[in-house]
Amino acid sequence: MEQEYKITSKNLDFYYGSVKALQSISLNFQLHQATALIGPSGCGKSTFLRCLNRMNDLIPGIRVEGEICMDGENIYKPSVDVVRLRSRIGMVFQKPNPFPKTIFENVAYGLKVNGVKDKNLIAERVEKSLRSGALWDEVKDRLHDSALSLSGGQQQRLCIARALAVEPEVLLMDEPCSALDPIATQKIEELIHELKDKYTIIIVTHNMQQAARVSDVTAFFYMGKLIEAGETDTMFTRPRLKTTEDYITGRFG
Amino acid sequence: MIFSQRQKDRFMSYFFFIVATASIAVLFMIMLFLFMEGIPIFQKISPKDFLFGEYWYPTDEPPDFGIFPLIFSSLAVTFLSALISIPLGVLTAIYLAEIATYRFREIVKPIVELLASLPSVVIGFFGMVVVAPFLQETFDIATGLNLFNAALMLAFMSVPTICSISEDAIYSVPVSLKEASLALGATSLDTIVRVTIPASISGISTAIILGMSRAIGETMVVLMVAGGAAMVPGSLFDPVRPLPASIAAEMAEAPYRGDHYYALFATGIVLFVFTFSFNLIADYISNKYRQVGEATL
Repeated sequence: MEQEYKITSKNLDFYYGSVKALQSISLNFQLHQATALIGPSGCGKSTFLRCLNRMNDLIPGIRVEGEICMDGENIYKPSVDVVRLRSRIGMVFQKPNPFPKTIFENVAYGLKVNGVKDKNLIAERVEKSLRSGALWDEVKDRLHDSALSLSGGQQQRLCIARALAVEPEVLLMDEPCSALDPIATQKIEELIHELKDKYTIIIVTHNMQQAARVSDVTAFFYMGKLIEAGETDTMFTRPRLKTTEDYITGRFG
Repeated sequence: MIFSQRQKDRFMSYFFFIVATASIAVLFMIMLFLFMEGIPIFQKISPKDFLFGEYWYPTDEPPDFGIFPLIFSSLAVTFLSALISIPLGVLTAIYLAEIATYRFREIVKPIVELLASLPSVVIGFFGMVVVAPFLQETFDIATGLNLFNAALMLAFMSVPTICSISEDAIYSVPVSLKEASLALGATSLDTIVRVTIPASISGISTAIILGMSRAIGETMVVLMVAGGAAMVPGSLFDPVRPLPASIAAEMAEAPYRGDHYYALFATGIVLFVFTFSFNLIADYISNKYRQVGEATL
């Protein structure tokens, strides 16, 4: 059974200094599915997401116990090459954060730092990634303009294209639409639907409707614990626990 | 007598206006004075001969007022000191901002800034008593008070400026940009070289120019350790006489409102033009490439 899962987390505890931010999280992510992590602010869902590509390593004073495995291999083993790991797990952040470089350079960046030198290959991959990011038609005539000249929604799709360019296996999205207007949000949601065929997607969202629209599986976090996880349809119609139901129906949070 | 609120307000704004304009007015008058006392020399000698004349013998009969050796000395000392202080200052800044642990940074950064408060006469003294004999013995040269010694001491003076301002610029690059880079599988080194430094390049350039401006205007150090020979140096270890050293050394002996006196003020104008343009460039760069860090919506 375990083999069908792309990523598995087992009894994961996470500490910021002496504060325990995550308690014994066990959650599995299936290959080529979108999983939504929901819960009120400060519940630990973003912290958990950032454990998956070891982004939390950058924060001084953190401690991780338990294990997270990708393709059966514990990513917190001392022998793991974190740089290599991060190129297999792409990440899109809450606020669009393009580099102050051209559109082309933004997408090509991941390839260059991963040692790709062939100019034709880079150009090819940039186009492909921008197409996958549903941005190609809007920017193909101005690839060498600054990325900062794009609108917020375009910038976020650029960031998605930038993440896709290194051909990751997993895509982590940390509230990717929270800074965008409804139209830009809709475009990104459509994009997530298309990307699901090729990538395993894990998305943190504050927006219940968004979780319902884009995900196959939903996991509900509360106070650093995983309260309930299951098929999105079931979670939103017949949650097993009262807390989940209260949150989903907007009675708290 | 009782003032109304409105009168108080008006009084306050006048008061601040006077205080603010007073200091500006004084500075402006100093500048005016500098030009008034410097320009008369050009009745005796053309600006071209003054700037590019190769001989500075102000007390000979007839005197020579060519400040080219002084200008060259100033530029050589500044350039050489920049060669030393830029790598030291910028690399230290990168280390403190990006690599060192938080605690190390909190301890070392104030120390580096404290170094900026070392009186220049102390640095000059150190150069005279410690560095000069060392150079003289090690390289078997005539005098340890020379171009190289001055450049080295000036570098020590500008490193804190360069390091501190660059560090602020590097440290203020948004974390989100660094995270974006790391999340794409870039190493820390890649991230520093390709993202952090380009994003803070305007701050780093400003730091470098302010550091160099400090070096070119510095008087005491060059007066003490540059050696004082008004000639175009042939090697790193020749003594030189930068502009400020020349003014400081000769002003007391120059007869009031004589040609020598006017020539020294004209030298001051040249120095002023140098430091002023350094500061203008710094200002221009920091405005033009004002950091566009995180995307705005």
